[in-house]
Amino acid sequence: MTSTMHPPAPTTTAKAAPPPPRRRSKGSPLTTVNPASRLFVLAVMSLFALYFLLPVWWLIVSATKGSGELFSGSGFWFGHHFALWDNVQTLFRAQGGIYSRWLLNSLLYAVGGGVVSTLLAAMCGYALAKLPFPGREAVFGTVLAAVLLPAPVLAVPLYLLFSHTGVVNTFWSVFIPSIVSPFGVYLSRIYAASSIPDALIEAGRIDGAGELRIFAMGMRIMAPAMVTVFLFQFVAIWTNFLLPSLMLANSRLQPVTVGLVGWREMQGYPIGYATVVTGAMLSVVPVVAMFVSLQSFWSKGLVAGAVK
Amino acid sequence: MTIPGGGPRSRGPPLPRTRSSSEKVTVSSVTSAVTNRRRRLRELRRAAPFVLPFLLLFVCVYLIPTGYSLEQSFFAVKRSGLGLTGSRTVFAGFDNYVQVFHDTDFLDSLGRVAFIGVIQVPLMLAIALVLALMLDSAAARGGRLFRVAYFVPYGLPGVIAGLVWSFLYAPSLSPVTRLLDSAGIHASFVSDAALPFSIANILTWAWTGYNTILMYAALQAVPQETMEAAALDGCTGWKAALLVKVPQIRPALLMTLVFSIIGTFQLYNEPATMKSVAPNLSSTYTPIMATLRSVSSNNFNYAATQSVVLGALICVLSVAVFRASAKRTDS
Repeated sequence: MTSTMHPPAPTTTAKAAPPPPRRRSKGSPLTTVNPASRLFVLAVMSLFALYFLLPVWWLIVSATKGSGELFSGSGFWFGHHFALWDNVQTLFRAQGGIYSRWLLNSLLYAVGGGVVSTLLAAMCGYALAKLPFPGREAVFGTVLAAVLLPAPVLAVPLYLLFSHTGVVNTFWSVFIPSIVSPFGVYLSRIYAASSIPDALIEAGRIDGAGELRIFAMGMRIMAPAMVTVFLFQFVAIWTNFLLPSLMLANSRLQPVTVGLVGWREMQGYPIGYATVVTGAMLSVVPVVAMFVSLQSFWSKGLVAGAVK
Repeated sequence: MTIPGGGPRSRGPPLPRTRSSSEKVTVSSVTSAVTNRRRRLRELRRAAPFVLPFLLLFVCVYLIPTGYSLEQSFFAVKRSGLGLTGSRTVFAGFDNYVQVFHDTDFLDSLGRVAFIGVIQVPLMLAIALVLALMLDSAAARGGRLFRVAYFVPYGLPGVIAGLVWSFLYAPSLSPVTRLLDSAGIHASFVSDAALPFSIANILTWAWTGYNTILMYAALQAVPQETMEAAALDGCTGWKAALLVKVPQIRPALLMTLVFSIIGTFQLYNEPATMKSVAPNLSSTYTPIMATLRSVSSNNFNYAATQSVVLGALICVLSVAVFRASAKRTDS
């Protein structure tokens, strides 16, 4: 990859070096680029954009095709018959309308789990940043170590414990693990430490406000971090497959990911491929909607997480 | 430290002084100890309502399952006689661990993810770094549009991405193979030899954009002055990018590396969904799949052992990566 990058480099340096450094920071030699390397950069970036978008495009196009056309003709362009509505109707009627139940379950796990985990993480992160107490560093160290322990590796031990205690195949077996976000605590602590002034807490105490009241004020400052934590937890829960597929045998409790994979494994009968593809496309909509509506928040939070 | 080396003369005089001073201090130290304890109690009372809700759940969801698995890994179910008279759980010592390290299925699965990781992680991070540098460079136009395009795969759940790719890989249904067939190339994405690469492709597709955005965010934080200073020294363009910018975003690179390695070892969603188009895909293809097979065959103690080994391996690997990179910064 990098070896193909080298050719344009000499021309860039040769052209850019001679002009004397200008005073304005924006007009440095860094911004003068010759058209050839600009074209090259654009070509490479477009090629990868195509690579990332093509499968998504296939998904969208395929959801508009009837089962007869799905695997004939060009896979990457619309068929003769626009069958999206038929597909959606078939989807929501299949197996007594279980798809809407799956969507509702996913929404319940992801929104409920996201809200509760964000609140718990914000409280804990706030205390770890702003309230000194004995054992604080030990708590933070343990939480930080847990960030590195991947959820799929934890899923089997959780299943073993939950099946031992009889919690498996209940709503709680998926919900309880969803409300614990060590990453959320980590991000909240970083954000609270750098954004909530100590003066605010002291002033609150002098005015006789309770600790919870002071935290409520701090929470307003922490809002961007909390939105980021919520968003990441929402996506993590919505996209989770292993944990719910292990825990939930009852299909009426399953989230949409588990349900769809079950349908895919039927290999086209009795649930058609067109229905599976349409279901897959619709299952992505809430995640996209969440990202778009909260964009201004998470892009800031992501930057903070990457830099610190 | 001075005790073994110091003579009796040097040690002699201070002794009574410390004693007398300690006598003097005791009164105040008792009171300060009391106030200290009071202060600590007050601090704990103040922080507890904020920390405990998370901490209790954290203990339930992280520490207890880990401890439980660790405990279970030292036991085994012994079936007496022909298995008709029931079974009992007995202490097995390290038997399960010995078995894990002789289990060819499990070792093969580790080898497979290691192989996928060795080809996929460097390739993905190299692409991500190049894209991030391009997004960050002055030569880029329409950066916002590209950033959104690169981030799109992240929004697709792992299994949904696996599902889409399973259709694109399916020997009889795929538009890609049909296109290649018409060009005279008869390729299979699901043969035994192609499978690791097909899976690596899904991973690259799903995570490159995410890593690009993380690196781009870090690149944005590199101070403009640094780049100006480099330019004054005649270092611009790709040379400046590779020699000046890349070392500045080390922490972000390290983070993406560690998370990518961890991600490969916990591989599950993609191969699990690929199974519908690749019947030849082993049911113990990845370590997690091997562990799940132990679960489904009710061998819970062995599944616990496999989880412990996998978790420990991932911890050791991430620590090793952190260590190796810290060493290189020092030298």
